[in-house]
Amino acid sequence: MRPVGDGPYLQVRDLRVRFDTEDGVVRAVDGVSFAVERGKTLGIVGESGSGKSVTSLAVLGLHDPKRAQISGEILVGGRDIVGLAEEEVRHLRGRDMAMIFQDPLSALHPYYTVGRQIAEAYRVHHSGASRREARQRTVEMLGRVGIPQPERRADQYPHEFSGGMRQRAMIAMALINNPDLLIADEPTTALDVTVQAQILDLLGDLQDEFDSAIILITHDLGVVSQVADEVLVMYGGRVAEHGSAQQVLRRPQHPYTWGLLGSVPSLHGDADADLMPIRGNPPSLINLPSGCAFHPRCPHATNRSRVDVPELLPAGEAGHLVACHLPEPDRQRLFQEAR
Amino acid sequence: MSLLAVEGLTKHFPARGGVVRAVDGLDFTVRAGETLGLVGESGCGKTTTGRMLVRLLEPTGGRIVFEDRDITHLGGRAMRPLRQELQIIFQDPYASLNPRHTVGRIVAMPLTVNGIRPPGGVKKRVQELLELVGLNPEHYNRYPHEFSGGQRQRVGIARALALRPKLIVADEPVSALDVSIQAQVINLLRQLQRDLGLAFVFIAHDLAVVRHFCQRVAVMYLGRIVEIGERDEIYERPRHPYTRALLSAIPNVAKLGESEGRIRLSGDVPTPMNPPSGCRFRTRCWKAQDVCATEEPPLTGGVACHFPEGAS
Amino acid sequence: MSLSPEVLEPVPVADAAPVEKGVVGRSPGQLAWTRLRRDRTAMISGCTLLLLMLVALAAPLIEVLYGVGPHDEFKELLTRRGAIPLGYAGGVSADHWFGIEPGTGRDIFIRMVYGLRTSIFIALASALVTAGIGVTAGILAGYLGGWVDTVISWITDFALALPFLIFALAIMRPVEMRFYGPRDEVPVWFRVTVLIAIFAAFGWTSTARLVRGQVISLREREFIEAARASGAGLGHILFRQLLPNLWAPILVSFSLAVPAYVTGEAALSFLGIGIVDPTPDFGAMIFRSIAYLQTDPAYVFFPGITIFALVLAFNLFGDALRDALDPKSSR
Repeated sequence: MRPVGDGPYLQVRDLRVRFDTEDGVVRAVDGVSFAVERGKTLGIVGESGSGKSVTSLAVLGLHDPKRAQISGEILVGGRDIVGLAEEEVRHLRGRDMAMIFQDPLSALHPYYTVGRQIAEAYRVHHSGASRREARQRTVEMLGRVGIPQPERRADQYPHEFSGGMRQRAMIAMALINNPDLLIADEPTTALDVTVQAQILDLLGDLQDEFDSAIILITHDLGVVSQVADEVLVMYGGRVAEHGSAQQVLRRPQHPYTWGLLGSVPSLHGDADADLMPIRGNPPSLINLPSGCAFHPRCPHATNRSRVDVPELLPAGEAGHLVACHLPEPDRQRLFQEAR
Repeated sequence: MSLLAVEGLTKHFPARGGVVRAVDGLDFTVRAGETLGLVGESGCGKTTTGRMLVRLLEPTGGRIVFEDRDITHLGGRAMRPLRQELQIIFQDPYASLNPRHTVGRIVAMPLTVNGIRPPGGVKKRVQELLELVGLNPEHYNRYPHEFSGGQRQRVGIARALALRPKLIVADEPVSALDVSIQAQVINLLRQLQRDLGLAFVFIAHDLAVVRHFCQRVAVMYLGRIVEIGERDEIYERPRHPYTRALLSAIPNVAKLGESEGRIRLSGDVPTPMNPPSGCRFRTRCWKAQDVCATEEPPLTGGVACHFPEGAS
Repeated sequence: MSLSPEVLEPVPVADAAPVEKGVVGRSPGQLAWTRLRRDRTAMISGCTLLLLMLVALAAPLIEVLYGVGPHDEFKELLTRRGAIPLGYAGGVSADHWFGIEPGTGRDIFIRMVYGLRTSIFIALASALVTAGIGVTAGILAGYLGGWVDTVISWITDFALALPFLIFALAIMRPVEMRFYGPRDEVPVWFRVTVLIAIFAAFGWTSTARLVRGQVISLREREFIEAARASGAGLGHILFRQLLPNLWAPILVSFSLAVPAYVTGEAALSFLGIGIVDPTPDFGAMIFRSIAYLQTDPAYVFFPGITIFALVLAFNLFGDALRDALDPKSSR
């Protein structure tokens, strides 16, 4: 029986993940909150070291409790999994939530056939299912994710699959138990653009069909703009901006989001103009800048930015949250001038 | 007059059960100070081409002519003076710098191996180069592990500039970098290209990046050029179906989820071990006819297609 | 979508300077040294090694201070029948710290000091020769590939297939016969050289294999290609680009080879084909002590415990060195 809660399927409140390392304490995730409803896609955007992958691993309960200190609440279907016994989280994983990784080759075992691995994933959570049943379901699923000749392909090994086909097989494996939450960590980064387009379309179609909640983690704003309903921009382990895709990508209010958008080379507009990069480098999580973590790279930083950590506050339309010290009218004016 | 001319360039790798036709007959030229983009998906042979241009790989067939000299099979000693004019920037900012050498030593390497003593000394020249690529010249004695990805890529660029080359092959120079850093490096390369009058062969899978850097663009598919032309021609009026599909596949922030007019190719790129007969793209092409399976379309007027756009 | 420069002010090309202080960078070697310094096991085993090596090096000085030489015999301290040392624990006294040898009456302490010298010299020299041959063969095989690799790999496999002990037992006597005949005394230096040669002949193969593997993984790295693209010759690539990246595995295999040679040399001497009495040596001492295991058990104790400490310290230090040079491997 699946627990049925009110409201969003996944709710994360004030999530903090810390690692103690030789060089000091790493605050990989520092007070992140968000929610995802069934049938919706949340895009988490950030550069390397922004904490986006650590967040997703925490949601799946994949952090080693000996190394990571996790606090806050992660409500999956109304049930808090922070502090839940490893055994119970494992039970949820694969059945209620599943993950797709960037590199399907390292996520699939090289010595077993693709079909066997997917069937195994099914039988773990359907202890009553016979081998034949699992096999049948596997072939069905492989066909569903667009793998031609699924009967034959199921008996092949991962190395016999192309990159795109492997990622499809991973998706089939993730969806075989019809999970309510799917986390995709850079699922298309290793793929060619034409194959990426196929996979993104597939994810969209499958979501309509299975009505799962999806978290898509990526550094690519283009990918986010194509599939996400909501966007969360992370920087230095914190949320910089959060809102609907329209709000964040069309009317962004955080200078970091502006910088990201200005950095992306586009197929339109003046090709001879220089790009507008963000100066400097992403910060190290061990040695995060004081105040607003973005201030050393921000062209609008004030004295206050250097001292106070900005709170994530509502800005503009309902549901749009921004963590920036700039007064809201200034932000709107600066961005309007920039367009 | 062209700085670099490539004619019928071919590279076949022997493999178990046959031959991988990585590059299968390329023709193109690069003029002095010009930037040519070489675009395509994995397995199209763009990286192999780049390695052949700087003579890290021996071509199986065809000719590479640099400044009117045939360098296709030039030996080590005869190649030396030309190596100084032809340099390469690599994709991986971690693997491309020797972790045991200081940044100063890395950037000075091309000078050292060629026994060049610039006026004012090697150190002064290296510091000038570091400054040129936007690094602190004081960081001369630091090691690569102390730098971020973007800074390392700058070190690689400084090394490529050390011999004052005329042509640089840049093999996916930004694809391993964070988004905000990509833009910094592209801007730097653009600025260097303008200021130093360098010619570039810019290899990338990302058409949007290429658009911001290259004056001309060649689109590759399975070891061949399917379309080549001026940048605006390629981006505004693509004629090869593959070019159209590639452009259409790029997720675009400006479009924000709109899906009209999108072209979706089915399937993956076939293996270069056994490319399709006739036109290599026909297995994924929505315009393919019988003739495409039997006759390979020649590259005429900048496009290799039996049914190019804008022809009917 | 583009933002105008007025808002996102012209961005300087330069990266913001890194936060760390200091202009001179810390090399990977310096970082490894810092990690080694923090490792208690490494420091204790390292100090033990240093002490033992100092003792070996200063043997003649110790002899002077101690006042007894390795060949001096004190027959008067032995029992008349059986020649067992008088007193307790093998004749331990203020004059003879570790007692005296049964049978000959020589001082055990000073013989051990000299024995340490023999052992460490042979082991270090063998390890050096081994490393030299192994590294050269490994680099050449790994980088050049082709027939060079085939030949070197074949020799490596061949040498690994030969049973070391049987080979050593079989070769030692004929070699001595060949050079000195049955009657002449075989000089110590000759035996030492043959021992080192035997160790080197068998030992280089594992280093060569290790280095070959490393070189194969490094050879495709782009910094090697960058050097080639700049016109670097073979020498530059092998010794300037590759070698600095091989120090870690070479050092580790060296530090683990030394204790293996210490025990190997002791074993061969124990079997009577290495260093023989009266030259002071651990293997020879332990061999002699076996005969007195019942009558004078203290005789085996001191050489046994020292060689144990030496080998243990070397091995612990080698492991710590590996962790320091490659922190990812252990954690």
